Amino acid sequence: MRNLSTRFSRWLISGPPLLYLLIFFAAPSLIMVFAAFRIPGDYGGLVPMVQTDDAGHTQVLINAGNWHDFITFENFGRFFEDSIYAQLFLKSFWYAGLTTVICIVLAYPLAWLIARSAKKTRDLLVLLVILPFWSNFLIRVYAWMIILGPQSYFSIGLNKFLALFGIAPVTMLFSEFAVIVGLVYVHLPFMVLPLYANLEKHDMALLDAAQDLGANAWQRFWRITWPLSLPGVWAGTALVFIPALGMFAIPDLLGGTDTGMIGNLIKQQFLDSRDWPFGSTLSIMLTLAVLLMAAIAGWAGSRKKERA
Amino acid sequence: MKVSRWVWGAASLVYAFLYLPLAIVVVFSFNDSALNAEWVGFTLDWYKQLFHDDVMIEAASHTLAIGFVTCVVSTVLGTLAGYAMYKYRLRLLPVLVLTPIAIPEILTGVSLLIFFVMLNMTLGLVSITLSHIAFCIGFVAIVVRSRLQGMDESLVEAARDLGASPITAFRRITLPLIMPGIIAGALMAFTLSIDDFVISFFTAGVGSNTLPLEIYSRVKVPVKLNPEVNAISSLLMLLTLSLILIVSKVAPSALRAGGD
Repeated sequence: MRNLSTRFSRWLISGPPLLYLLIFFAAPSLIMVFAAFRIPGDYGGLVPMVQTDDAGHTQVLINAGNWHDFITFENFGRFFEDSIYAQLFLKSFWYAGLTTVICIVLAYPLAWLIARSAKKTRDLLVLLVILPFWSNFLIRVYAWMIILGPQSYFSIGLNKFLALFGIAPVTMLFSEFAVIVGLVYVHLPFMVLPLYANLEKHDMALLDAAQDLGANAWQRFWRITWPLSLPGVWAGTALVFIPALGMFAIPDLLGGTDTGMIGNLIKQQFLDSRDWPFGSTLSIMLTLAVLLMAAIAGWAGSRKKERA
Repeated sequence: MKVSRWVWGAASLVYAFLYLPLAIVVVFSFNDSALNAEWVGFTLDWYKQLFHDDVMIEAASHTLAIGFVTCVVSTVLGTLAGYAMYKYRLRLLPVLVLTPIAIPEILTGVSLLIFFVMLNMTLGLVSITLSHIAFCIGFVAIVVRSRLQGMDESLVEAARDLGASPITAFRRITLPLIMPGIIAGALMAFTLSIDDFVISFFTAGVGSNTLPLEIYSRVKVPVKLNPEVNAISSLLMLLTLSLILIVSKVAPSALRAGGD
């Protein structure tokens, strides 16, 4: 009896959110996987497999004989046949990777300062990192459209400076540079927080000991702090690399004609070309890339943790 | 060990990098020029214009309505999920709760687009709201679960020993103790909903604009001047940042739980 009521309350509590997420997350994801093996309809969407006529009679169009009019592996063939898709993936990996490295460099001094501050200042400094992350994503990208625009103080000042050395003026907006700046700006807090959480736990006596033994600041960093911080660096890498890889709005607003990423192609397949099956194929490839990256970061992070 | 001057300097520059762009948007929202180029003089014209812009006002009311419903539903479902994840050993629920947060938003967006269209649902405010709830549940659940993990379980046991039913013990002991977590989760869900761009972009269809979608369509065409965008952006920032400041007061650990 008691067992029964425990099981009942367990379903009562976990049931509603489970049901909601099965309908509005799991089902759509599975449908997307199936959509990758379908044929696009004449006006977008998918070729219907079931038809309802005016009288309300429903007819299943697909059967054992004609299934290849509805189901195809061609979308994956198309992905692997034309090298432009592989190149696009490589370019997106390069953008996300470069973003991650720049985030590590920028996050390190910040995380170090926070970790070594007094308890009271520390909470304030952490809050100051979190706040911009919670302000609207689009506004943060838009701000860089202003800063990098050709009429901005920054652009004019930079070009005046470059002119001193006889260098021709540069346009920064709608370029690869602008895309990377935007990606770094939006994802930086994701690197600072895990890195800070890691640095906070370091035993400072190790650094004192190293100094007593004659290690200079450079050696103390590369031989002690950096190796110990790797689990934090890998956690931050997963949090920065994965969302950066799937980004479409930043290349859309800050990039030029040749700076599109995977996300831009997916968006184009769904909203412009209306080729859902190929868009779904690309989304599955992106999911696989994300899983691969999460696995690498998780494996590398835990390996370092064991040794540390 | 003291933090060296170099670290201080570098860290200050990075803080400036984080805040300067946001400050520029606010400053230009008071600039007496439609160009986002140089400071001309102080004006409140763009704010006045904003309150006569019917498209923006409609978008704002959509955003607030979606945010409110999302907040209520995802707080209830997220609290249940967080409690279930704390209390029972579950396999499927944690995966379903955490994955939408971990994967790139575009994947959730396009799969929901296919899903709604296949169900013959007209895309609009309802589809946006259903989608927002799906990704907000996870944030609420994480905050509530971390609050439960910090709770002293013996208080509940004591109440049960003194004869309280499980429901009474939950209502009188557990619920008041985790209330700050629930409030923080609710405010976070509201903030995430009114700020969301990517998932709304795919599930909105035509004619159901939210504020971020309206801002996007106005800044996408750089030829058109949109000084109003600075004003609405500043107001939106003021709103979300005050909500997050409240969260940081109510449940200081909540934001970090969402962050890592």
